[in-house]
Amino acid sequence: MTKALQSINDFVVKFANVNGSGSASANELFARSILRMGVPVSPRNIFPSNIQGLPTWYEVRVSEAGYLGRRGGCDFMVAMNPQTWDEDLREIEPGGYLFYDNTRVIHADQLRDDINLIGMPLTRICNERYDDARQRQLFKNIMYVGALAAIFDIDIGEVEKLIGEMYKGKEKLLEPNIEALHSGRDYARTHLNCASIGLKIRRADAVGDRIFIEGNSATALGCVYGGATVCAWYPITPSTSVVDAFQSYCNKFRIDKASGEKRFAIVQGEDEIASIGIVVGAGWNGARAFTATSGPGVSLMTEFLGLAYFAEIPATIINVQRGGPSTGMPTRTQQADLFSCAYASNGDTKHILLFPEDPKECFDFAAQALDLADQLQTPVFVMSDLDIGMNTRLCAPFEWDENRHMQRGKIVTREQLDAGIKFGRYQDVDGDGIPYRTYPGTHPSKGAFFTRGTSKDANARYSERGEDYVENMQRLQRKFETAKSLVPQPIETTHDTPATVGVIYFGSTSPAMQEAMDNLQRRGLVIDAMRLRAFPFPDSVMEFIHRHEKVFVVEQNRDGQLRSLLINEGQINPAKLIPVLHFDGTPITARFITQTICTALNLGHCESMPKQAAL
Amino acid sequence: MTYIAKPKLHHPSLPKNKLGFTRRDYEGAVSTLCAGCGHDAISAAIIQACFNANIEPHRVAKLSGIGCSSKAPTYFLGGSHGFNTVHGRMPSVLTGANLANRDLIYLGVSGDGDSASIGIGQFVHSIRRGVNMTYLVMNNGVYGLTKGQFSATADRGSASKRGVVNSDAPVDLITMALQLGATFVARSFSGDKEQLVPIIEAALQHPGAAFIDVVSPCVAFNNHSGSTKSYDYAREHNEAVNRIDIIPAAEAEEVRYEAGAVQDVTQSDGTLLRLRKVHLDYDVHDRIGAMNYLHKHQARGELVTGLLYVSENPEDLHSHIGTCKRPLAQLQDADLCPGGETLAKINAGLR
Ligand SMILES: Cc1ncc(C[n+]2csc(CCOP(=O)(O)OP(=O)(O)O)c2C)c(N)n1
Ligand code: SF4
Repeated sequence: MTKALQSINDFVVKFANVNGSGSASANELFARSILRMGVPVSPRNIFPSNIQGLPTWYEVRVSEAGYLGRRGGCDFMVAMNPQTWDEDLREIEPGGYLFYDNTRVIHADQLRDDINLIGMPLTRICNERYDDARQRQLFKNIMYVGALAAIFDIDIGEVEKLIGEMYKGKEKLLEPNIEALHSGRDYARTHLNCASIGLKIRRADAVGDRIFIEGNSATALGCVYGGATVCAWYPITPSTSVVDAFQSYCNKFRIDKASGEKRFAIVQGEDEIASIGIVVGAGWNGARAFTATSGPGVSLMTEFLGLAYFAEIPATIINVQRGGPSTGMPTRTQQADLFSCAYASNGDTKHILLFPEDPKECFDFAAQALDLADQLQTPVFVMSDLDIGMNTRLCAPFEWDENRHMQRGKIVTREQLDAGIKFGRYQDVDGDGIPYRTYPGTHPSKGAFFTRGTSKDANARYSERGEDYVENMQRLQRKFETAKSLVPQPIETTHDTPATVGVIYFGSTSPAMQEAMDNLQRRGLVIDAMRLRAFPFPDSVMEFIHRHEKVFVVEQNRDGQLRSLLINEGQINPAKLIPVLHFDGTPITARFITQTICTALNLGHCESMPKQAAL
Repeated sequence: MTYIAKPKLHHPSLPKNKLGFTRRDYEGAVSTLCAGCGHDAISAAIIQACFNANIEPHRVAKLSGIGCSSKAPTYFLGGSHGFNTVHGRMPSVLTGANLANRDLIYLGVSGDGDSASIGIGQFVHSIRRGVNMTYLVMNNGVYGLTKGQFSATADRGSASKRGVVNSDAPVDLITMALQLGATFVARSFSGDKEQLVPIIEAALQHPGAAFIDVVSPCVAFNNHSGSTKSYDYAREHNEAVNRIDIIPAAEAEEVRYEAGAVQDVTQSDGTLLRLRKVHLDYDVHDRIGAMNYLHKHQARGELVTGLLYVSENPEDLHSHIGTCKRPLAQLQDADLCPGGETLAKINAGLR
């Protein structure tokens, strides 16, 4: 028999449930109560794209060291879904634990002998206690949370407090939930040998002032702080909750108490084409506007994105990426929309992309995208994804500089026009490629211009003259160059000893990447890392590549889209950039990155990587 | 090719409207459409209507899709901001613009290809949302800009210039607008300035979704004998139910009812629309009646024109969603940003 896993505050628990069984809130309760004990957790929902009946998983990474990415593997499986039994069983690490409902007898050939079994007759207990079918189901979930609290030494007081917060104002529901919790705990205490189970939670002080929030909610708050007033959208997973959250924040902060007047407008478009059209119209007319969508929505928006690029109209697009192409894997995560967003639309177009790594940056970048869109008069994408967007993640608290003001960009005012300022809509007055604009209705006789998607001269007059067209396109290119210094700059991690190998990564890959780098370093491999935060790539990105012999590019898509963008934009020798590609729809794991890099560098199998849990 | 700006020579004797503007102040660039195109006559009618209505040119935002018709905004209101968007998508852009700044007057210009084919969805949804705008379709039954293909408003049985007979049923934008809740619905003909100008004038002052379908013959591709959108056909089959006179708010008190052939409609700004009825049985407040009437006459090949429906209490998108009176585009940091202290509280609630 393999030795049972032993670890304090560092392991992976996974819940296998059936969609619609009401397990989500119980599982979250479990994760949060560990967090309240000062131990960082990182939960992930892995769910199907239907409403009811299919398998769903909830994976909780517990890591006092603060690793928030997926590690890979599972140390403790709570197997509540007979449908996925075999698959779930396989995933458990040798020496790991299987917690299951033993109301029904499970035959030996359905089990593994290198793992530890913890059976609890949950269904039987619930059937005895509750008459109602729904209650049986719901309290079963709370009951296993109680049992897990006993197993892992989780302070039951923290769980009770959380249940209290959950049912605030619904006190009638509070008591039966607490009761179910206690009976789960009591059963575990008397029937399961909790002391023999080697995975434990100990109170720690490793959470600090960090907050725990979903990326989509953070994005929405960023839109509120950034001054967005118009939101037009069309429902699509996984971006819908951005607008739900925007609506509820606006209801809280943007309704005039006395009059009930709203300082925002949300329109559910008839499709994504209309939604981006509304955003473009509002941006043209001086309002800060955004839409939230996902891959298929971006596909529909591309004609308008070309218009906004060429006619130079601000627009913010929150793209919460999911698995593609086409309808792809609607409830799985990927970073596979880089091509379709960076070069969206016909002709020579280039768009600004921002890559947030966590909810904190979702907040920051959403607000900043609204500024950048106005400053650069162009579409700006916030490239979030399902992994950050729909999972609750621990991150630094939000910050807001009270002296910060909306950057409205180059606007010519009525006063300036009266004072006789010379205005030509597409003139490059400052040499940075960014022209000046007037808002419609500014002045009775000066400053009006005609906006169109066809070619024009510097004074916005329709022109098909080759020189006018070329000049305009080159100015747009200059503007894109200017953007390099305005967008969030990449973040570099270097070491005292110069490394010959580098790695480039971005977005939600970040936490798994940090862990992978620590793993590699423990193996004696020192790698310089650069986290990209925006497209266009600032010059420092190309310098980083030139400084290293080999550069790994880690991303979650099949075609190495970021790698191709780097090659394309920086004229890099493709041989230098080694792709590390993970695209099965689940968030990338530290193990995957570590192993791929080790293999590429001929360092052999890295699975022996020091992993505290495997003693 | 660049547009030639018209020289702005103001002859001292040019008549001025109440705001002191001459008709010239409402003109745009010289048209590049075919000589005789119905669209140019409509541009001229828009110019006249804005002059008559004493609208400040810069308070109008003119938007369009793509097509010969959608090029028209270049040819009127040179002092206004204009936006030639993409094919069929003017309504969404106009909706966004309107949300951003409710203080301007929105004039959307489109073609029958633009609105009844590629853009039918956006047409439908902007009307059903009640966007405060004047939505004018220059309807010639063909694609002018792409040289003569049938559009979705072409009548079944009508023939193309090359003799191909259209076998598809037509989309009737008027019936759709009525059904979708437009609060001002009118049809006219580019060759009937007397009727068209006051209709546009009234629509611009209407505080809700106003839709105008204007038969506007395409001399290049659809002005032959087999067409039901030609000058001859429109003249011969024009069945006007009424004609409008517009009486400004200030004078409305003095002019009052004559019996029978006149119906007065007071707009919310006090302007009086006086309808001189041609068909005495036509009630301009009866949405269902209008649809029946139109269908009956359309079946006979008649082109029913006039103000077909107007609501006495129109509402618009802003009133439906409760946005503030101040234009959203003009709100400042203090109106929009909840500030650092609130953020600290939000942080505290997320632990
Ligand atoms: C996405 C897209 N598809 C096709 C076209 C080509 N196109 C330009 S105008 C037009 C039809 C215009 O017809 P209509 O709206 O009736 O206007 P008209 O020219 O008759 O006034 C088409 C199909 C386009 N510009 N964009
Ligand atoms: S092609 Fe037809 S619609 Fe276009 S400008 Fe000429 S006459 Fe008018």
